Amino acid sequence: MDDHILEMRSITKTFPGVKALEDVSLAVRRGEVHAICGENGAGKSTLMKVLSGVYPSGSYDGEISFDGEVCRFSGIRDSEHVGIVIIHQELALVPYLSIAENIFLGNESRGRGGLIDWNKAHAKAAELLASVGLNENPETPVGQLGVGKQQLVEIAKALSKDVKLLILDEPTAALNDTDSAHLLGLLRRLQERGITSIMISHKLNEITAIADNVTIIRDGRTVETLSLHAGEVTQDRIIRGMVGRDLESYYPERESHPGEEVLRVEDWSVKHPTQDRLVVDRAAFDVRAGEVVGIAGLMGAGRTELAMSIFGRSYGRDVSGRLFMHGREVKARNVAEAIDNGIAYATEDRKKYGLNLIEDIRRNVSAAGLGKLSRRGWVNANEETKVAESSRRNMNIKAPSVSSIVGKLSGGNQQKVVLAKWLFTDPDVLILDEPTRGIDVGAKYEIYTIINQLVAAGKAVVVISSELPELLGICDRIYTLSAGRITGEVPVREATQESLMALMTKERETAA
Amino acid sequence: MTRTVPQEEELKPAPGAGARGGLLDDGSNDLRSLIIRNLRQSGIYVAFVAIVALFAVLTDGTLLSAGNITNLVLQYSYILVLAIGMVIVIIAGHIDLSVGSVVALTGAVSAVLVIQQGWPWWAGALAAIAVGLAVGAWHGFWVAYVGIPAFIVTLAGMLLFRGLTLQVLDNVSLSPFPSQYREVASGFLNGLIGGNGYDAFTLLIGAIAVAGYAFGAWRTRTARIRYEQPVGSMGLFIARIVLVGVVVMAFAWQLAHARGLPIVLIILGVLAIVYGLVTKRTVFGRQVYAIGGNLSAATLSGVKVKAVNFWIFVNMGFLTGIAGVIFSSRSNGAQPGAGEMFELDAIAAAFIGGAAVTGGVGTVVGAMVGGLIMAVMSNGMSLLGVDQSVQSVVKGLVLLLAVAFDVYNKRRAGAAR
Repeated sequence: MDDHILEMRSITKTFPGVKALEDVSLAVRRGEVHAICGENGAGKSTLMKVLSGVYPSGSYDGEISFDGEVCRFSGIRDSEHVGIVIIHQELALVPYLSIAENIFLGNESRGRGGLIDWNKAHAKAAELLASVGLNENPETPVGQLGVGKQQLVEIAKALSKDVKLLILDEPTAALNDTDSAHLLGLLRRLQERGITSIMISHKLNEITAIADNVTIIRDGRTVETLSLHAGEVTQDRIIRGMVGRDLESYYPERESHPGEEVLRVEDWSVKHPTQDRLVVDRAAFDVRAGEVVGIAGLMGAGRTELAMSIFGRSYGRDVSGRLFMHGREVKARNVAEAIDNGIAYATEDRKKYGLNLIEDIRRNVSAAGLGKLSRRGWVNANEETKVAESSRRNMNIKAPSVSSIVGKLSGGNQQKVVLAKWLFTDPDVLILDEPTRGIDVGAKYEIYTIINQLVAAGKAVVVISSELPELLGICDRIYTLSAGRITGEVPVREATQESLMALMTKERETAA
Repeated sequence: MTRTVPQEEELKPAPGAGARGGLLDDGSNDLRSLIIRNLRQSGIYVAFVAIVALFAVLTDGTLLSAGNITNLVLQYSYILVLAIGMVIVIIAGHIDLSVGSVVALTGAVSAVLVIQQGWPWWAGALAAIAVGLAVGAWHGFWVAYVGIPAFIVTLAGMLLFRGLTLQVLDNVSLSPFPSQYREVASGFLNGLIGGNGYDAFTLLIGAIAVAGYAFGAWRTRTARIRYEQPVGSMGLFIARIVLVGVVVMAFAWQLAHARGLPIVLIILGVLAIVYGLVTKRTVFGRQVYAIGGNLSAATLSGVKVKAVNFWIFVNMGFLTGIAGVIFSSRSNGAQPGAGEMFELDAIAAAFIGGAAVTGGVGTVVGAMVGGLIMAVMSNGMSLLGVDQSVQSVVKGLVLLLAVAFDVYNKRRAGAAR
């Protein structure tokens, strides 16, 4: 009875030092909508990249069979050739080209003399647009469309390639409710036309509403595949599958003595820089001296956006709301003012936003606090070296000297340089965005220890993390964020991964 | 930070980190590793010495003769002034294509005021610098506050200010300047304290320069020792000072036997020292490197990127104004076509001197040596009677190789990462 269009068997994919996928299997029936869910970093996207040939055959172990045949894709073209099309979270459309040009990009049907017959192309495009329910002129530049409509163009493009298996990575993450509903309805209609879909999503209500089966991946392994037909699989059941692992016990002990309030944010709203939607919606939270507060949220929930907009309005537009330091309202209109007010923010992407990789440790450590090292504009280079040297020792940055180039350090040591840079500004509150992403276990422990030392010294720390065990291991209180709104505030004693995950996936209507 | 934590042993380096550390572990200070580590920066000096030696041999020593060295300084001084400003622009990740036109414009303004209107020579020079500053502010406004790439802004400036030069000059050349104005580029300070067949004053200035260098180096060294920083061996330290002393004194000796100390050399020396310090020792200099190295990280570290970019271009305008004065003084007038291709010489000097195409890397001294390499090659080939066309080919290849070397270096560094 099982007519599987796709079977992935025992897929194992290793990156230098990390096993991203281990013995993952996935079976998708012909004509179904199959959901894949798991925490950030569980390996969902990697699995889809293996399937679509982004990671070519040979770079992983295991077997893929599609439509009954074993496939060895050496690139995306191969997988598209058999009818597998992936639509990434970041849309791959050229904004200046028209809808029709985008649909046929790389797949142009040439007429006589190798020239493109645009009349034919436009007619074909109009047909495809009608089938996805998009009422637009094929000659409209894609950049003029909203994200929801661009997504539909992507699907039309997939249909033009005679797609059999459509993979959507977080298709509704950037969409509003109406657009999401439209998209899900479209998946249903495609299903009726016999097109199979795989949908990666964090939105459990969408999964339970539309998917036939859901496969749960955790820590690079398949946990289980649940059938959603019987109607007895609840969102809670899926959450249990997503988080059900043991708390690893490497969080250093700390006694908690929260003091005075340091930072308070009220009614904080931020708009997306280019799209007309709120990324952070009337958020409010506070942190006390000597306290570690966690912010939990899935990808796209607005965690980084919240933090960066507080840090001198480094993200978004139309930032509104009130910001208090030690009970007094402050304006932090740019980064320099935020630093002056005692706020520090260590970014989640240290290579892109945190460090000058071609410079040495010394100059990176001093980068945000040059004012303290200079008199009338002249930098005291020896004092600077001394400061860098003492952070190198205190934080155990493993490098031959402070003149070592930061780009050559390991991830954990780079992260310590980022921390050293912000500690040197002597902040009252330190916002750490994914402080342990991509670093090894030993370095993680050291970062946690540094955080503990900071709160022991009376600092307030905010930790943003995708790893719930980490938040449960180091925080005093945890806020959950979903679709830009604070959906819960839980003391760590009362929090479990399940309860947090439920709050993190809580949707708008219940949050209001 | 004295709090102890349980399970201290877990703090030991993870397995991977140890091996990585070993790879980097060359904190030693011996000469060889010093040279290898600084190949990018020191390579330029080695190349300079090699090129000087090559042409000295090819020209039977004429290159290093007293008269020719003086000529070299006089001929290329304005390019070196431009190179100082240009390397700062390039470190921040920008470019300035307009400097040739702006040199022409500032010289033209000065010529109109001094030659036609009869202003005193110094007022003309100050007016030229003021025009340079205004042009720099114009560029800085568009680059920093409107956010247009410097390539476009200064390309527009190149056309715009060339056109304004023609307007100001009414399409004709103006000359001659009064003698005081000409002194700026072709005057000499000599005979002040006599000398027997040579200029003692030039030697004295040379000696003061060497003493100043030695004193500065000594102060840096003692400060480093006071801060418990590693320093090179005493022998190496002395050798370095002796080497610099010998080169500077030999240079001064040659000048003293020709026409004495060129005024323009003093201007250059002051600019080199001031800008060397500004880039290395000031907050502004640090911010320039930070912006070029990683714009986002600089912004998120509180650097006021717009203001810094603005002042970088104002500074470029200031130096272009000075170069305009020197050039108009040297050519004893203003011509509508003055300064063409100067921007390319200045850009080439910065890149040959080790600046990176992607920004964040480069030094004032490197750019000046890069300019001198170009100068010595042009001068040497001219002495040999090499045709202009061949000179152009050779200079083009040198520029290409210098940047290829930079890219190769970066790729190697990337692979080691």
